[in-house]
Amino acid sequence: MSGRRVVITGIEVIAPGGVGRENFWNLLSNGRTATRGITFFDPAPFRSRVAAEADFDPYEHGLTPQEVRRLDRAAQFAVVASRGAVADSGLDIPSLDPHRVGVTVGSAVGATMGLDQEYRVVSDGGRLDTVDHTYAVPHLYDYMVPSSFAAEVAWAVGAEGPSTVVSTGCTSGIDSVGYAVELVREGSADVVIAGSSDAPISPITMACFDAIKATTPRHDEPECASRPFDKTRNGFVLGEGTAFFVLEELDSARKRGAHIYAEIAGYATRSNAYHMTGLRPDGVEMAEAIDLALGEARLNPQSIDYINAHGSGTKQNDRHETAAFKRSLGDHAYRTPVSSIKSMVGHSLGAIGSIEIAASALAMEYDVVPPTANLHTPDPECDLDYVPLVARDQLIDAVLTVGSGFGGFQSAMVLATPERSLV
Amino acid sequence: MASKSFTLDDLKRTLREAAGVAEGVDLDGDILDTEFEVIGYESLALLEAGSLIEREYGISLDEEAVGEANTPRSFIEVVNAQLAPAKAA
Amino acid sequence: MTASVVVTGLGVVSPNGMGVKDYWAATLGGKHGIGRITRFDPTGYPARLAGQIEDFDAEELLPSRLLPQTDRVTRLALVAADWALADAGADPAHLPEFDMGVITASAAGGFEFGQGELQALWSQGSQYVSAYQSFAWFYAVNSGQISIRNGMKGPSGVVVSEGAGGLDAVAQARRQIRRGTPLIVTGGVDASICPWGWVAQLACGRLTTSDEPDHAYLPFDRDANGYVPGEGGAILIAEDADAARARGVRPYGEVAGYGATIDPRPGSGREPNLAKAIETALADADVNAADIDVVFADGAGDPAGDLAEARAVSTVFGDRGVPVTVPKTMTGRLYSGGAPLDLAAAFLALRDGVIPPTVHIDPCADYPLDLVLGEPRPAELRTALVLARGAGGFNSAMVVRAA
Repeated sequence: MSGRRVVITGIEVIAPGGVGRENFWNLLSNGRTATRGITFFDPAPFRSRVAAEADFDPYEHGLTPQEVRRLDRAAQFAVVASRGAVADSGLDIPSLDPHRVGVTVGSAVGATMGLDQEYRVVSDGGRLDTVDHTYAVPHLYDYMVPSSFAAEVAWAVGAEGPSTVVSTGCTSGIDSVGYAVELVREGSADVVIAGSSDAPISPITMACFDAIKATTPRHDEPECASRPFDKTRNGFVLGEGTAFFVLEELDSARKRGAHIYAEIAGYATRSNAYHMTGLRPDGVEMAEAIDLALGEARLNPQSIDYINAHGSGTKQNDRHETAAFKRSLGDHAYRTPVSSIKSMVGHSLGAIGSIEIAASALAMEYDVVPPTANLHTPDPECDLDYVPLVARDQLIDAVLTVGSGFGGFQSAMVLATPERSLV
Repeated sequence: MASKSFTLDDLKRTLREAAGVAEGVDLDGDILDTEFEVIGYESLALLEAGSLIEREYGISLDEEAVGEANTPRSFIEVVNAQLAPAKAA
Repeated sequence: MTASVVVTGLGVVSPNGMGVKDYWAATLGGKHGIGRITRFDPTGYPARLAGQIEDFDAEELLPSRLLPQTDRVTRLALVAADWALADAGADPAHLPEFDMGVITASAAGGFEFGQGELQALWSQGSQYVSAYQSFAWFYAVNSGQISIRNGMKGPSGVVVSEGAGGLDAVAQARRQIRRGTPLIVTGGVDASICPWGWVAQLACGRLTTSDEPDHAYLPFDRDANGYVPGEGGAILIAEDADAARARGVRPYGEVAGYGATIDPRPGSGREPNLAKAIETALADADVNAADIDVVFADGAGDPAGDLAEARAVSTVFGDRGVPVTVPKTMTGRLYSGGAPLDLAAAFLALRDGVIPPTVHIDPCADYPLDLVLGEPRPAELRTALVLARGAGGFNSAMVVRAA
């Protein structure tokens, strides 16, 4: 089974400013931003009052009133996008052995929105220590334990194989897909519906990032608030969304004549064992993950045509990963376009890694490098080619995408055309 | 109430509550000019300590000044700089 | 390519015993840890029993630096990891940092910490929310804190599949060992016995309302009426067999096979998939049903769940074809912590040649199971099967073999 290679044959995305794959790609390729003043609740008491919100109507996407009532927003995203990815792939799941179809869903904070909301109800606005169970909704348990997301997706697509939620903070979106790739490679599944989803824009999340001053307080110009690699950056903009993929074994995808977006050629995750929220500036652990992912993809660093960066827009992160890219790619780092789509769609925690994999695959599909929006004054410590403001036409056969998360996790994934020559 | 200023003892009490004490560190030693890193407190601990102080004293600390304060002495100065106008008000 | 993966260390935090020695003695002695909730006043709630860990002094066992930033669940996990590493004779300070990783399961993260911060937010205001809320409640917190405390820079991971997650984490640890990391700290711990966690658990509708600790959680009993939740679990040290041998340690046994499925949507008319997970695990371990000497059942404790599991076991093993036990009748259901604790029990059973008992139940004759009741049963044990299921239909099965 070790020779099994895994490819993406279906993609669906729900992102701020880009609900649906095409709308998402239009936003990115035009360098438009979807950050705005928070509308979901009154943001006045908060230090950071901007977010990247998705204009998502669950009914428009076929969810029933019961589903809308039962499912947290992040689960709604996941159900809709997983169905969309299957439709895009043209795969007829009912014709397969359902035990050979798996599901992995990444999520950093699960049903935070539902929990925040329901806590207010059962605690009478925080007044009760001994909260009142008689006011609890029946699906509160599904909010508490987000493996419910994986069950919902499995039910939505008809999968009965290995299924789980992967929750490694802000690397969940890469790690969930990486987990799925391993399931197919080792032969535990032939198809995995993999992706991630988070809908964290709620008061408790804003408050906790306020407390560590990780989110930007730039609310005067919310559309320009997410400024990765810019000298004036001062924190990330919270986002939300989802991306899902159909992952298949290469030969069977070819056999059925599927459209192949990209092969997931290499993946690795490493820990910095340093700090729950902080990063060392040297980027050693991320570089280690990148080196391993390249090795698994059997690619030289020189083969990387585009780096889809984590680029959260915090002072620390952007410096950290710039160092990691140089460490792994050497001089080639200076010649490789690097961009952060968080400048446009914000940072949706566990979802963003999958959304960035989608952006990477679509960049290969269209041979276009999405830009880093709002990058006007480069930080001298971030001295790579970050593709400021405007997308760039360029042949792309291999992409590196990376992520960093609370808990000290660093992940890297290499997407490449399956026809590439292997070293 | 007598005019209040923020002392080293106040800071030690706050740090203990916000972040405990690192093994092998004696907070009661001569630490006024010792860098926080040396006594085991990193930015997260200081953010938590800062927010405990803001709540207890009803003040708002200067973010940048807190971020740059790398010893107990400089941190105490930042707090007292805010306490003075708060008292005057 | 498919290196053999062994377990060399166990760290147990269980309602009926802290540490391997106490837990195993209690479990063989039929001593349970279920009682009326003492952490808060449960009078007003329809369910009032839990498996609580009563004698855990975090201040004594962990540096004070870690206490303000950790939920109870993380403190338990950190201590269990310390004990497991000591049991394995592995000193992380003397092993290459990229050669060690941490992959745990979680069901509810640091839910009690989350209650405190939600309360601060809604009763006092956003500026009262702790800086630690950014990670202390989330599902990845135990893996992150264990890796930081022990300087482990290899692959980390976290899976959430409710009660099945503990086996999924160990299986993922095995994958990472086969991909080249010699040692992974794995398993899982859950602990959500706080009012907010209790209300959320009540919402699932499967908690027993019994007030009699020895007649409450009754898997495979005609009186089964729901489960007693508990807190705790186990952390295991999984290692490449060659690496363990090179360190000169004698493993408890091997993680020989694994299979996982999810049940179809309720009401679909399709069959549940636990039997399929078992068959996959047996095939993965390259054993036949006849090679399995004991089954550690999941033991849902409600009639529908018990029936489904009894059917799956008898489908694979035949009626009364294999001894079955549910030692978690002594602890309650520990969510992600339950299956790792059962793995620990299975390894100890293999070591000592004895099957720990199922307590408190009077088995329903409709289930064709050979349950090990009341007293431990001596047996020649070489291979054990551990089953774990999670709400939502997750089924996982793991075969372990004596070293």
